[in-house]
Amino acid sequence: MRASGGAVTVGLVAAAAVMGTLATVGLPAFYESFLYLIFSWIALATSWSLLSGYAGYFSFGHGAFFGAGMYTTATLTAAFGVPFLLTLPVAGALAALVAAGIGAVVFRVRRLRGELFGLLTLAVTFVLATIVLNTRIDGGPGVYLSGVPLPRLVKSPTGTLYLLALVVAVGTVGLAFAVSRSRLGTGLYAIHDDEDVAEVEGVPTYRYKLVAFALSAGIAGIAGGIHAMYVSYITVGETFSITVPLYVVLMSVLGGARHWLGPAVGATLIASSLYAFTGGAQAILGRAVVALVLVLVILLLPDGIVPTLRRRWWGRGRAAGATATPVAAAPLTLPSPPTGEGWVAGGAARALECHDVWKAFGGIQALQGVSLTVGPGEIVGLVGPNGSGKTTLINVISGHYAADRGRVLLGERVLTDHPAHEIAGLGVSRTYQIPRPYAHLSVQDNVAVAAMFGGARNGAAAAREAALRWLDFTGLGRRAHELPGALNLHERKFLELARALAAEPRVILLDEVLSGLNPTEIGSAVRLVRDIRARGVSIVFVDHLMRAVLELADRVVVLNEGEVIAAGRPRDAMADARVIEVYLGKSHAA
Amino acid sequence: MSGLLAGGLYGLLALGLSLSWGLLRLVNLAHFALALLGAYLTYQLGAALHVPPWLAAAAIVPAFFLLGVALHIVFAYFRVTEFTSLLVTFGLTVILEALIQWFWTADFRRYETPYASTSLRVGPLFIPVLEGAACLTASVLALGTWAWLRFTYVGKALRASAEDPGMAAAFGVNHRGQALFLSGVSAAYAGIAGTFIALISTLAPAQIWAWVGVVFAVAIIGGLANPVGALLAGLFIGVSESLTMAVVAPAWAPLVSFSVLILLLVLRPDRT
Repeated sequence: MRASGGAVTVGLVAAAAVMGTLATVGLPAFYESFLYLIFSWIALATSWSLLSGYAGYFSFGHGAFFGAGMYTTATLTAAFGVPFLLTLPVAGALAALVAAGIGAVVFRVRRLRGELFGLLTLAVTFVLATIVLNTRIDGGPGVYLSGVPLPRLVKSPTGTLYLLALVVAVGTVGLAFAVSRSRLGTGLYAIHDDEDVAEVEGVPTYRYKLVAFALSAGIAGIAGGIHAMYVSYITVGETFSITVPLYVVLMSVLGGARHWLGPAVGATLIASSLYAFTGGAQAILGRAVVALVLVLVILLLPDGIVPTLRRRWWGRGRAAGATATPVAAAPLTLPSPPTGEGWVAGGAARALECHDVWKAFGGIQALQGVSLTVGPGEIVGLVGPNGSGKTTLINVISGHYAADRGRVLLGERVLTDHPAHEIAGLGVSRTYQIPRPYAHLSVQDNVAVAAMFGGARNGAAAAREAALRWLDFTGLGRRAHELPGALNLHERKFLELARALAAEPRVILLDEVLSGLNPTEIGSAVRLVRDIRARGVSIVFVDHLMRAVLELADRVVVLNEGEVIAAGRPRDAMADARVIEVYLGKSHAA
Repeated sequence: MSGLLAGGLYGLLALGLSLSWGLLRLVNLAHFALALLGAYLTYQLGAALHVPPWLAAAAIVPAFFLLGVALHIVFAYFRVTEFTSLLVTFGLTVILEALIQWFWTADFRRYETPYASTSLRVGPLFIPVLEGAACLTASVLALGTWAWLRFTYVGKALRASAEDPGMAAAFGVNHRGQALFLSGVSAAYAGIAGTFIALISTLAPAQIWAWVGVVFAVAIIGGLANPVGALLAGLFIGVSESLTMAVVAPAWAPLVSFSVLILLLVLRPDRT
């Protein structure tokens, strides 16, 4: 996976140069148009995967953006006489704008499930087609572009189109590669696996999805603009047909939609095989064969060709080599959490404060005016029976839920009403009671996401290094290159801790890190929590295991039915009559 | 009025889709292809072999039931998830479309029956027999399915499995068998819808895609696994479309269902 950026750049440039010189030689037009189609599909499939492959939001609306590009170029050149090359950026921008508009609306919807997004984008395609068909843009009979002059970059017109498609295709694949290595790409991969966790770890999910969608649509728009000249006569029926979304999905899934090169491989394979079935009855058969391949690929090779091959031929050797590097021997030079501005220096006796926080779910009042403070470097145990609102409070502090009323402050800063990813950036991180690792990212990358987007704000490469250090800190260094699925519960709980720590937070919210662990594992977890505190981090420690809470916590806050019923030094709080009543029933309280 | 009748067909198509999506967690795009296949079979049996449509339906329904069962066996074997089901059935739809085109060509086909021009007079209204029958069938099936899901053991078990398959299995629910049955029922509904499509409208392979958007919208608007909701949503969309055709222009009708769908998804995303 970590093919070096330099090698890829050289490879792409070399491929582009070789293919580019072919255009100047003047190949027979047949080959040029064959290659043109392949490049066009590569651009389309690769651009599709930017959102749909990386972030997992499958769009069936790629045809809409492609079509928007085609009609933009067609209208501008045929009706307004704008030079062809100038219309391409406009086509891209317009398609990106349409996508951004759709995204701005639908991505606001929380819990928009993937298949609903897919159907919605399909619906948008039909809506756009209806609008184009019924307005002056097309009006029914189609648009002819035969009179539009094509600039001659090389000798033949097909050569020119071939060259343009080549540039767009290589550019798109390069972009896909760059994105896969960037913060954007890492964020998108995290969104793919668990969007809620990504947001809470600091990934600006809304913005990233929007950017990816706009990029993806913009490229489709440019490809559409070029294609308008290639076909030179465009109709609504052909443009907004189901062909584009079908093939784009198939090519990407076949090649491997999560890999930057996957869609290009899939596009080459399918576009060439399609070329064998052009015309008449064969075209029908060809479509059926392609569809059959789609069905078989999804059933048999759900990851796609490129990732499967990589795992089979290359992955094993690489994994072995990587574990051999003596990362474990590296000295532990862990950065301290940030201090200053209104934090400890301001003399504030609190790191985190909840003031009169209310939260209701329907008719259930989960939190009823909860107030608590956590001092710098303090461990506050948050206890209470099941359903008392502990996890809800954590979800409110981390911004996953908005409080109905009340304020949460980090130092002097009001957190309430900040989106979760900003709260993470300000220095709050959390663990989940049931670990929620990103299933498709390696253990190291799981931690790297937090190191990249949390309070630490590392660059991509620095984050991966930091991730190794935090994995060593939690004793998971040896498992860095495995997938989380290979870890047992104990290790996954520690992975949660490593992720929370990698964000270099000021306040860490630990939600039942001990539950389900055996006594030895609890011992090492308790030691780990102490180590974390020793670094100056404030901890809210939720657990049912009283022994550990009493041992670790400086103070204890007891919640019952969403209210704080006792707070104070552990022994005092637990001796409170109401607490005993809640835990053991009334008769014992006497 | 004509909108109400067209809506019956939407409701009928949405019924099977809504069941398999809501209860089996499979988004079955191929439902439309099956319906159209049913329509072509009815046409073939009627036009070439002079089999009356009701007899054709009687043959198609059990055959499609088996087809649905077979389909689900494959899905279950490969552990198709809600999401991959959309891709797989997308591919399946294209295959079926190509097959239909292979056998019957892309030309329009029209199944002429005496029923097509018959109308019943109810008070001041003339109700075309076929559309009326489609509407009636949809209502009967929707209410029957609703009662079945609500009051029988199998229905309750299916709903429980859709909520939490693991827990339902722990309580002794044999999800596999029931899922096969439901998949069969859903495909059989597609067959019934197909017979009516053959009788009511002109057939062309690409029609599959014309139905997709509207019927998905109907299924979502009606609420998944809610048979009566699917019927009512179908009628609602049917009426809205015919109003649009009458008031604005026929060509704008497809926008109606999508606009309703988009509005609904944006305003009430939790409904589904």
